[in-house]
Amino acid sequence: MNASSKKLAVTLAAAVLLSLGVFRFWAFSAEEKEGPEKEASAAEEDGGKKTPAPDSKPPGAQPQSVMEDAEATPVAPPPFSPGIFPCSGCHEDLDPNPTVRTLKRKHTNIVLEHDEKNRWCYDCHTQGNMDKLHLASGKPVDFSESYKLCGQCHGPTLRDWKAGEHGKRTGSWSGAKQYLLCVNCHNPHSPKFQPLKPLPPPVRPKDLRP
Amino acid sequence: MKSFVTFVLGSMRTVFRGSPAYFAWIGLLVLLIIQGIGAYCTQATEGLIVTNMRDSVSWAFYIGNFTFLVGVAAAAVMLVIPAYIYDWKPIKEVVVFGEILAVSAVIMCLLFVVVDMGHPERFWHLMPFVGKVNFPSSLLAWDALVLNAYLGLNLVVATYIVYCAFNGKHYNPQIVVPLVIFSIPMAISIHTVTAFLYNGMASRPYWNSAILAPRFLASAFCSGPAILLILFQVLRKVTKFEIKDEALHKIAELMAYAMGFNLFLTAAEIFKEYYSDTQHLVHIQYLFGGVHGEHSPIALYGWASLLLGIFAFLLFLVPATRRNPVTMNAGALMIYASVYIEKGIALIIPGYTPDTLGQIYEYVPSITELRISAGVFGVGFLALTLMIKVAVHAMFIPHAEHAEHEGASHDTPQVAPPEAAAKPA
Amino acid sequence: MAHECHCETIDCQTPAGNEQAPSPDRREWVKGMAAVAAGLMAAGCTDQASVDAFLQKHFRELSKSELQEVLERLEKQYSEQYGKDVEVKATPAKEGVNFGYALDISRCIGCRRCVYACVGENNQSRDPQVHWITVLEMDKEHGVSLEHADAYYDGEQVPREGKFYFPVACQQCSNPPCCKVCPVNATYPDQDGIVVIDYDWCIGCRCCMSACPYGARRFNWSDPSIPSDEMNPDTEYLGNRPRPKGVVEKCTFCLQRTRQGLYPKCVEACPVGARKFGNLLDPKSEIRYILENKRVFILKEELKTMPKFYYYYGL
Repeated sequence: MNASSKKLAVTLAAAVLLSLGVFRFWAFSAEEKEGPEKEASAAEEDGGKKTPAPDSKPPGAQPQSVMEDAEATPVAPPPFSPGIFPCSGCHEDLDPNPTVRTLKRKHTNIVLEHDEKNRWCYDCHTQGNMDKLHLASGKPVDFSESYKLCGQCHGPTLRDWKAGEHGKRTGSWSGAKQYLLCVNCHNPHSPKFQPLKPLPPPVRPKDLRP
Repeated sequence: MKSFVTFVLGSMRTVFRGSPAYFAWIGLLVLLIIQGIGAYCTQATEGLIVTNMRDSVSWAFYIGNFTFLVGVAAAAVMLVIPAYIYDWKPIKEVVVFGEILAVSAVIMCLLFVVVDMGHPERFWHLMPFVGKVNFPSSLLAWDALVLNAYLGLNLVVATYIVYCAFNGKHYNPQIVVPLVIFSIPMAISIHTVTAFLYNGMASRPYWNSAILAPRFLASAFCSGPAILLILFQVLRKVTKFEIKDEALHKIAELMAYAMGFNLFLTAAEIFKEYYSDTQHLVHIQYLFGGVHGEHSPIALYGWASLLLGIFAFLLFLVPATRRNPVTMNAGALMIYASVYIEKGIALIIPGYTPDTLGQIYEYVPSITELRISAGVFGVGFLALTLMIKVAVHAMFIPHAEHAEHEGASHDTPQVAPPEAAAKPA
Repeated sequence: MAHECHCETIDCQTPAGNEQAPSPDRREWVKGMAAVAAGLMAAGCTDQASVDAFLQKHFRELSKSELQEVLERLEKQYSEQYGKDVEVKATPAKEGVNFGYALDISRCIGCRRCVYACVGENNQSRDPQVHWITVLEMDKEHGVSLEHADAYYDGEQVPREGKFYFPVACQQCSNPPCCKVCPVNATYPDQDGIVVIDYDWCIGCRCCMSACPYGARRFNWSDPSIPSDEMNPDTEYLGNRPRPKGVVEKCTFCLQRTRQGLYPKCVEACPVGARKFGNLLDPKSEIRYILENKRVFILKEELKTMPKFYYYYGL
């Protein structure tokens, strides 16, 4: 009973965010994927201002939850920068600093462009256990299950992703498929796709010569 | 059987005799053929990339010529109808020359298809029972079938009539008349099937018009008789072939109706496109002007065809000008040119421009295409010339002369080089 | 002209199912023709392989052993030509499979990664260039309109302001006009819905190119060239084996991959996940999910070609 109302609240929240149209996912490059490296390295030694997830209840929320289903989804490993994980390697000895600020000493490559007015590191990363993420409920999740975290706001997207409509699947159409995590394509700190240089246009028929 | 051998040998002898003008004409045709073979060798080794056809415009000059010549082949035999209806005196000759023209035209048609193919050596795939023919749905398969049948039919009839004349006998009307009558629906069918080849393609709105086949027939009734009109005059001048002016005027009058009908159908098509003003209008815009502000390289031809057609129609419509030999011949040449452009360029190219994805490739034929086409026309005109020579010899020279020695060929009437009729455009 | 021959069955069979011996007189006839043709060709092409190639029957009329001979001959030819072991398979279509493809035009950014991945996978000619996929740039202002489509856009960055992108390749129609017009049945829809071409049977008349409303078919205007080191040696007879000049080719849904259960190469290459593929007969496939949940349309619907290539708006 308690769990299911919590679920409802989370999905409602997801719908709000979506209806605000905050996120448009545009471009992203498999080749020019510098994004994912910086991605999972969010936490600095200091924490951020705590912002609760929006909890108003808009119309049109989806009743069916996309989270917490039993079957494990086969996903690609999270795209950590080399040597950065486990985060506790550094963070164990540091006091959390929840103040919103520009990071100057470490993780300087992170520019938060993901509802940045309302968020800070510890909305997703876990104070006291930086090797885990956590849901709005406080429940810890592994980096390999980060889609659960993303799906709290982006519910329909998570649903489409599970069905294979959103995102890229590789492997076999008839058998084992591999999903990519949201963060394999979207930098979680700045999820909007970056434009790409197109590959060359085709040769025009008039230039096709013997 | 023995007499047939004599006929063949006699014909061979005829072909190798003639005036200097005759040999000059034959020499010219042979030169055309040789250079055409040279160009075709290049195409065969390098591939069709030596043409200017590309994926966007995947049929062009060759198939345009093919289409035009199907019309010529069909219309030549159609002349049989007025010949019977008006009971022209030299009906036998009219039939023979019509069929000889049809045979030459079909030979050219088939050659144009062959030079357009990527793998001509796989022609046997198209043969019933031997290959794997996509009957009944493929119209090209039908076209190959009816063209070959038409070729065979006309070849047989023409050979038989000439053969009988050679032996001084009258042909057996019980054999000839049914075959000639049968060749009339065949003529309509080759042209209709060819029209359907384009017409059936829903992907090309420019061709996907129900009046395409009627337009084909109407224009064939203009261009086919135009050739014969000139051919008959030439023959009348240089041989004992007799055809009255009235018969020529009758042909011209029938042509005037055909031209009027052809123009009417063209106008109907133009009206439909411009008045409804849909996306499909671009093709006709490309023909007469250009699209996206770019001037079309074929606009000149589009207008030339239309205006020549109108002008020729006016010349043939007025009895005075269609009876005057000068204006009649000018009109015949004009309508010939008009239909040649209409079938060769104006039908094919705008169908592909813009292509099915809206992209524009401005096609103009390459030198190789022109050379190979000239070679094919060379073959056709060579066949025409030789067949006419044999026919004239057999039909207008007393029987005794063939049987005896052939030395008197100086006195025999010669076919002048039919340049006037020979100009494709 | 020819002997009467009664071996022409009305329906054609798959090579696996074809145990019927070819009629002797037909074979004789063709052999006679081969001799004539060989004589005509005179210069140097009278070796056994060329004669065999000339005589080769339609793919669906080859018996098992004949097919084996053909595949071996081709493997030998390609292996020599490209200096590596080339495999040519003839995997039959799977039962219970009808392939479908969906493309999300709200996500495609027009980067052409699919185009070049396809070229590499499917051994398309580099010079003269052959691309099976055409990516069209369209104006948001005009919507899906081929009149305002540009296949030759270029620039530093895509997507460009006010534009969207619309890739087109073979739509694998259920009612394919190309197959209807082919005079020799060289192209036909296979059991799994893929429209295939027997490159050794195609006569190069290009009727199919005129009939295709999607500009999907490509002709080999000259001998295709593929750099040996880039040539993909894992090939299929009806799919990505090197083509001769003078025949038509097009997208085959990567049948050398998809008949082995893999996704087509373009699906894997797309950096934005706009391309989706699966079995239309499997209710759990992603393609079915899209058909049931998204706003789908097909190109040139009015022509009733019934494509199995669906465009949709995922966003």
